Amino acid sequence: MNIDTSEENVKRLAEMSKRMRLAGLDMALASGNNGSHLGGSFSSIEILSVLYGEVMKYNVKNPLDPNRDRFIPSKNHCVLAHIPALAEAGYITYEETLEFQKDGGRLTGYPQRQEIGLEYSGGSLGMAVSVGIGIALSAREKKKTSQIYILMGDGELNEGSVWEAFMSAAHYKLDNLTVIIDRNHLSYDDNTEKIMAIENLADKMNSFNWFVSKCDGHSVKDLLEAFSEHEDKKPHIVIADTVKGKGVSFIENRPEWHHHSITKKQYEQAREEVMGGAEQ
Amino acid sequence: MIKVTPVNIKTWARLGQRGAFFGIAIPEIAAEKENLKLLTADLAILSGMDRFIKSYPEKYLNVGIAEQNMIGIAAGLAMEGDCVFATTYSSFIAVRSLEHVRQHLSHLQCNVKLVGSSAGVIAAKSGVSHWAIEDIAFMRALPNLTVLSAADSFEAVKMAEYAAGNDKPVYIRLSGGLNSPIVYKEDYDFKAGKLVKLRDGRKIAVIATGLMVSESLKAADILSEQGIECSVFNMHTIKPIDREGLDKIFCKYDMIITVEEHNVLGGMGSAVAEYKAVKYTAPPQVFIGFQDTFTTAGSQRYVWEQAGITDAQIARKIYTEWKEYHD
Repeated sequence: MNIDTSEENVKRLAEMSKRMRLAGLDMALASGNNGSHLGGSFSSIEILSVLYGEVMKYNVKNPLDPNRDRFIPSKNHCVLAHIPALAEAGYITYEETLEFQKDGGRLTGYPQRQEIGLEYSGGSLGMAVSVGIGIALSAREKKKTSQIYILMGDGELNEGSVWEAFMSAAHYKLDNLTVIIDRNHLSYDDNTEKIMAIENLADKMNSFNWFVSKCDGHSVKDLLEAFSEHEDKKPHIVIADTVKGKGVSFIENRPEWHHHSITKKQYEQAREEVMGGAEQ
Repeated sequence: MIKVTPVNIKTWARLGQRGAFFGIAIPEIAAEKENLKLLTADLAILSGMDRFIKSYPEKYLNVGIAEQNMIGIAAGLAMEGDCVFATTYSSFIAVRSLEHVRQHLSHLQCNVKLVGSSAGVIAAKSGVSHWAIEDIAFMRALPNLTVLSAADSFEAVKMAEYAAGNDKPVYIRLSGGLNSPIVYKEDYDFKAGKLVKLRDGRKIAVIATGLMVSESLKAADILSEQGIECSVFNMHTIKPIDREGLDKIFCKYDMIITVEEHNVLGGMGSAVAEYKAVKYTAPPQVFIGFQDTFTTAGSQRYVWEQAGITDAQIARKIYTEWKEYHD
């Protein structure tokens, strides 16, 4: 896999991340009183900008290209990062992202499978890794070049079926499968270690026979390097250390912003903070 | 094509519904169906998959004792174009992995055939954990799923062919163990979604599914000796329900009896009643099955007796209800 880790590329992807955050805020505002998943979306922004902006290969004109890489969101509430990423990729326009959560619209709170680059309908946590394993097995059997990327939250690692899936991915030696953990340390109620401890995750995954990378999930450069790593015959897990609600001071690390509505005033402040956000 | 001969029909009956399904039908179908996959959760040997595994190792996956993961993997394979048969005990596949089934078969309509074996109480002595007397209710409540229930081994073979022939999600309920009673003695045209009349009578229509089809036929013999002639229907397709067939039954008969090796709540009888409820005039219905309770464990026959679903008990119940209604 040729991944460009040059300074210019890092800068380009950081800019892309900024646009995605702004688009996420627009979607959040457009969803009105219903609210949206700002916290867990903003922790995933750089992961998605790096995947869609550099790492994954796909063809917008042929969304079902058999050799395309697949992105399967297990934490499907990363919607305010995912839909903007699809807009950046060219599957939809930024204007269309504002259909978000409108009656009868295409863009539901948890995205549903459709040929705008949305591969999966999920929402209930812990289910998508198994699906990704099925896709990865099929890709290997049919000698496709596809890589399968699955984004998971850390809280969903509490689900038992996740570990069934982890066990089997290693058993089948699926080196075309990469799981990214958006390790933002918060589930809906509180800190993951307080609710139900996940650590030591890297040790757990090593003992499950996975190839483990750790990185700063908001550093484009770190992520690019993590995605460049590979070990034959092992599934790859990238544990990306992140901040829930990254980029907006009053959302960062606040469990109540897991799903919350944003006022016009808060939106203006958030927008300003994102616009002024530090260069990577 | 699977060859149907009188000898084969007897052999399949000896193998039971599950043995005929996985030992005979699936290997035969796989010979002609490139994209078939067979998944199990550590139940390959018991299911008689030896022949399949030897012939098609690349089409076979044993995911271990992990039913939820099995359904997710099946969905992933189906999303890439495979026709996937996934199986374990009914009690696990329809209950333990229910949310995966809902998400991937019902909502996403992945081409996965869910085959639940040992449905009902063939594992009677094991106790309730291995019984499945609620699976029809769960599966029937899921949009887009076809729900089939085999009366004998031959019908199980027919269902395998039917399921492999379409790209829709299907739940196939296989009941009983070895030596399944024979309902169909010769070849016939299996039509999914159509009630089959197996015995002609008057005034009373017995609608049965699974092993209760042969039990109801025996009950009808007993009643015949007492001067009561019942029609007996096999409802092998519980969903989508045969509305046309039921309309005819509601017009023609004075009393409907539904018989199932399943809880009367949410099962086949409920499906019939739901459709009947919207009719201005329709005959009364008697629900025979588990009366919303688990019984104590024992042999299959013992548990059936506790539930009141043996041939003699079915006959007695129909006799009593009919006399009460008629007199």
